[in-house]
Amino acid sequence: MSIVEAQPALDPTERAEIRNLIGHYPTARAAAIDALKLVQQRRRYIGDNLLAEIAHLLGLPAAELDGLATFYNLIYRKPVGQTVILLCDSITCWITGRDHLAQHIERRIGIKPGETSADGRFTLLPIVCLGHCDHAPAMMANDVLHGNVDPATLDAMFDATPLP
Amino acid sequence: MNTAPDRPLTRNIHRGAPHFDIAAYERADGYRAVRDTLGKTDPAAIVHMVTESGLTGCGGGGFPTGLKWQLMPSAAQRPGPRYFVVNADEMEPGTFKDRLLLEGDPHQMIEGIILSAYAVEANMSYIFIRGEYVTAIERLSTAIAEATAAGLLGENILGSGYNLSIQVHAGAGRYICGEETALLNSLEGHRAIPRAKPPFPQISGLWGCPTIVNNVETICNIPHIVRYGAAWYRSLGINGGVGTKIYGVSGRVNHPGAFELPMGTTLHDMIEHHAGGMKTGYELRAVLPGGASTAFLPGDQLDVSMTAQAMAAHGTRLGTGTAIVLDDHTCPVGFIANLQQFFARESCGWCAPCRDGLPWVERILKSIEAGTGMIDDLDTLAEMTGNLGPGRTFCALAPGAMASLQSGLRYFSAEFTRHIETRACAWT
Ligand SMILES: Cc1cc2nc3c(=O)[nH]c(=O)nc-3n(C[C@H](O)[C@H](O)[C@H](O)COP(=O)(O)O)c2cc1C
Ligand code: SF4
Ligand code: FES
Repeated sequence: MSIVEAQPALDPTERAEIRNLIGHYPTARAAAIDALKLVQQRRRYIGDNLLAEIAHLLGLPAAELDGLATFYNLIYRKPVGQTVILLCDSITCWITGRDHLAQHIERRIGIKPGETSADGRFTLLPIVCLGHCDHAPAMMANDVLHGNVDPATLDAMFDATPLP
Repeated sequence: MNTAPDRPLTRNIHRGAPHFDIAAYERADGYRAVRDTLGKTDPAAIVHMVTESGLTGCGGGGFPTGLKWQLMPSAAQRPGPRYFVVNADEMEPGTFKDRLLLEGDPHQMIEGIILSAYAVEANMSYIFIRGEYVTAIERLSTAIAEATAAGLLGENILGSGYNLSIQVHAGAGRYICGEETALLNSLEGHRAIPRAKPPFPQISGLWGCPTIVNNVETICNIPHIVRYGAAWYRSLGINGGVGTKIYGVSGRVNHPGAFELPMGTTLHDMIEHHAGGMKTGYELRAVLPGGASTAFLPGDQLDVSMTAQAMAAHGTRLGTGTAIVLDDHTCPVGFIANLQQFFARESCGWCAPCRDGLPWVERILKSIEAGTGMIDDLDTLAEMTGNLGPGRTFCALAPGAMASLQSGLRYFSAEFTRHIETRACAWT
């Protein structure tokens, strides 16, 4: 069993930003997703201690915030790599060969969907249709959308990404 | 510049050119409808005009927009907060039309929201957009800042006495968030589980207040209807359709893409002329006309016009109007299995038939695809299409999932049987 170290506590800026987000809505809990995404943007994932701190700021039990965090696909409760590859597995990308791309990823960096490469550079996750079906197969890598993806696109990304 | 456009939704969208900022948008007659309307036209008159236009919802349900708005009690009848919510969750597999509008002309979206919110007397609007649409989120945020600086948003807009704020809310990914009541739960910070209807959101929506939820494309039509009138809008359609529609085609065609065409354009015209026909070496076998939740139309029925009525007459639905083409090099069983994998994974888990039934359907289809299916499995699948069909589950996700399965079992029965009898997939 691998032990995940606790992440550093929220800093004063993060706390202030979360309070600011809460001010955008009539209720604090409505800011839950915004707050989780804000913290994840910097910390890559939401570990247990961060979850508890965010829950406290929102005035929610940690278990309830966990229920939300795990419901949504884009909130990561476990460590992810430096680059998260979201490879579309919906219909048009499937027709146009996304399974071959997944195989290429496995051959090149040894990860299957849901896994992170041993060097911590990449995590591969399946994603629902990215609304880029006219450029299928499509993927996002850390918020950057790529269309007409082929093995060369992937190789270029693998070769250009330094060790974390 | 002031002549009525025949492709209103995409008139400012040109491939390869940058999207319009507020200055360019206004030079192209943008915000004219807002300037002519706010404080000058009664909100009820706009609702009336939208009703007359025949505009129907473009999010997949096709509900008449004017009627939806009329079902909201007026501010006089029901004082207190009221909300206008934009559904920009676009996650229906095979659908890429709202992205085009959001990225291509963000100010059109903002203008549509101002007029719609004014019509339903709402002072707060949320744009619920899927988190993956980072470019659209950025452009909308900039457009809101520009419009606010120009006095088109905020307090006492253009001296009309009308106030409106727009907030962009980026979601965290789950298909069910697109279902309008699940969307409201998500926006409130709850798990995105659909709510029982009635009460409908118009009566009790966001935080229990009267709320309208409309799709991006629906709202983008409003400035043009207000500017040029209901009769003009109706005249844009053909073959019994009204207005224009952002249709689309993906799959193995020469020019996959989204196209604004007269509502009522035939599927054949769209695929052959606008999408450039099939790629060399591929033949069209069938089409899902409007996203993953619509039933197959076989290749010999493409002369049908893309209206809700004509699609229903052919046993399917217009859905989102973006078609997915199944070609002869693609296994129909694998195609359907991929769709069911999506629905099984995205089920919100609230009601048992969907939560337990969809993964079962997915497993059976995958085993048939892999050559380990049994002939009895076909009966089980057929039975499931009934158990998960319309009216059997809490929301429309499961019935949507069954549309392609039920029609697929019928049109591709030979392929299903062949997989089972030969214990193999001929396409792999
Ligand atoms: C499972 C499910 C997913 C949906 N996803 C979307 C979506 O992503 N975008 C959308 O506009 N409507 C979606 N809808 C339809 C909405 O519930 C609602 O009908 C629509 O937003 C109303 O707007 P309109 O009348 O302008 O079409 C979905 C419905 C269901 C059942
Ligand atoms: S039909 Fe499926 S998605 Fe809809 S409420 Fe039931 S479990 Fe959730
Ligand atoms: S199916 Fe992959 S982007 Fe739409």
